[in-house]
Amino acid sequence: MMQENKKEIESMQDPILEIRNLRVLFPVHKKWLPAVDGVDLTIQPGEITGIVGESGSGKSVMSQSVLRLRDHDTAVRYEGEILFEKENLLKWSLKQMRNIRGNRISVIFQDPLNSLSPVHTVESQLMEVLILHKKISKEEAKKKSVQMLKMIGIPNPENCMKKYPFELSGGMQQRVMIAIALACEPKLLIADEPTTALDVTIQEQILYLIQDLNKKLGMSILFITHDLGAVSNLCHSVKVMYLGQIVEDAKTEELFTHPLHPYTKGLLACIPHLAVERRKELPTIPGSVPSLSHIPEGCHFCTRCHEADERCRKMPPPVVEATPGHTVKCWKYAEGGKKNEVGV
Amino acid sequence: MLSYILKRILSLIPVLFVVSCVVFLVVYIIPGGPATALLGLEATPDQIEALNTELGFNRPFFVQYADWFVNVLKGDWGTSYFLHQSVLEAIGEYFLPTLSLAVLAQIFALILSVPLGILAAYRRGTALDVTAVSVSLVGAALPGFLLSMFLMLLFGVHLQIFPVAGYAGLEEGLAEHLRYLFLPALSLGIVQAAYLTRMTRSSLLEVLYKNFIQTARAKGIKESKVVLKYALKNGAPVILTAVGQSFGSLIAGTIVTETLFNIPGLGMLTLTSINRRDVFVIQGVVLFITLLYVLVNLAVDILYGFVDPRLRPGRK
Repeated sequence: MMQENKKEIESMQDPILEIRNLRVLFPVHKKWLPAVDGVDLTIQPGEITGIVGESGSGKSVMSQSVLRLRDHDTAVRYEGEILFEKENLLKWSLKQMRNIRGNRISVIFQDPLNSLSPVHTVESQLMEVLILHKKISKEEAKKKSVQMLKMIGIPNPENCMKKYPFELSGGMQQRVMIAIALACEPKLLIADEPTTALDVTIQEQILYLIQDLNKKLGMSILFITHDLGAVSNLCHSVKVMYLGQIVEDAKTEELFTHPLHPYTKGLLACIPHLAVERRKELPTIPGSVPSLSHIPEGCHFCTRCHEADERCRKMPPPVVEATPGHTVKCWKYAEGGKKNEVGV
Repeated sequence: MLSYILKRILSLIPVLFVVSCVVFLVVYIIPGGPATALLGLEATPDQIEALNTELGFNRPFFVQYADWFVNVLKGDWGTSYFLHQSVLEAIGEYFLPTLSLAVLAQIFALILSVPLGILAAYRRGTALDVTAVSVSLVGAALPGFLLSMFLMLLFGVHLQIFPVAGYAGLEEGLAEHLRYLFLPALSLGIVQAAYLTRMTRSSLLEVLYKNFIQTARAKGIKESKVVLKYALKNGAPVILTAVGQSFGSLIAGTIVTETLFNIPGLGMLTLTSINRRDVFVIQGVVLFITLLYVLVNLAVDILYGFVDPRLRPGRK
């Protein structure tokens, strides 16, 4: 008990990752448009943080910004701060970034088959990170790689080392990706929809594996998904993202039992339940995510929100701490809003 | 693997059959024959007729073709009326300069195009990319003979570094051999480089947006390694195909260059043989070039397996 308390206090003091007022802008028709628009986020050591949102909500861009992966492909502008162990990564050169990538911060992507090079063996792609960051010999890297594959639950790892990605099943491919990502024992793992491209049964296995590895290795995880089911099982806290902004932030249980933002409520209502009458139509959120060039003036969600009023359309809503540790970006909960609904 | 190569070689037979048929037909159709050329302008129609009958050119088309084809299969490609040697001997003699020229030109083309194509793709949209694309467009549009003449004028006449024309066989020493081949090879190489640059650029552009490139970067790998290990190997099949095509056209398409630089190669042999209606030589050379072309493609197909395991025969 005491120890746990102590741990908690320690972790509260030193977050692994702290994102402060991050904006990520891309040039569209000669104008800089924000794909991420003022995100604040803190990840404690060992914590699994979920980011939920529809496609186009900016969750992937935000996570890639942490490693500055977009810098190579397109013109991109960052504002704000990304503090990893108190160092602002946005101030770093790409050369400095390379020492962190795959070493202290790793990523696993959505589609394992396309995320692995089809013409290189598992061995070549896995050993590479170890040789690069740990500065160890080929033989040592090989030994460590086999250990990694074994830990990740790949049967007959020696055999797997010699294989090409297309010779493995989707689940095995994603396990190899995870092995590559965790080979150098990173402090932070960014999992960008790691289960989206997989079969439902395999999804379960991969989620279980991630949870297990989190307990074993103690790295923090930024888990990006649109699968609310996965979030509820895995994450300690959840951030709901919409059009580049975090609209609601709470501990997982709190968010699922007391959702505040109309968007969160909408998302939760969309989860099909087996108990629900079969022929009943599933509720959906009307409309779709507007493009970057059509972001509404006030609250970003106002075009699709059935509770939006004049104020929502004119002025961006403030971030309100509804209950301790539970924040929401909505006029409804602001001072002078409909106070009686707070905490419902 | 072996059975795959064997299968591929067997499948060449119909191709060669069709090509030989077409070549034979074309030579059969064009006016004038070896008799006219042998006897000269003053020959009477009766004399020509008599020689044609003697040489067997008055027989029906299919009889002539079948006769030739069976002989080719037996290894007898006919005899030249003018060179006083068998067609195969003639090809053997004239092939070496062409092969040397093609290999050197291909080396020039690769040295010029692959690094430029990679850089242009990697720095897409920049001044370097635009320049590379425009230069390669000009290179592709420039007629080969014009380029050859520019090079002759510059390096041969003004700077006098290389001989203007001519050929030195390998027996005269490698340095001399290369000195004579340098200008024609450069001229052919530049034209091929124009094509290869664009192919390299476009294949790499496609690969550079693939997810595994992002994965490689996320691992912390240096950009040069990202490009050379991941992008280049994944783009290699397209580049290989282009190189195969380019080498094929270098072997088959050197007539103009060889004539300009006075190199006794297959191109020159073809041209003189056509002028003299030396039918068996024409047929032999075309068949030989077709065979080479197809074999180069086969080699490319086999090389695919080395760069891309998914294309390896026998792999699931």
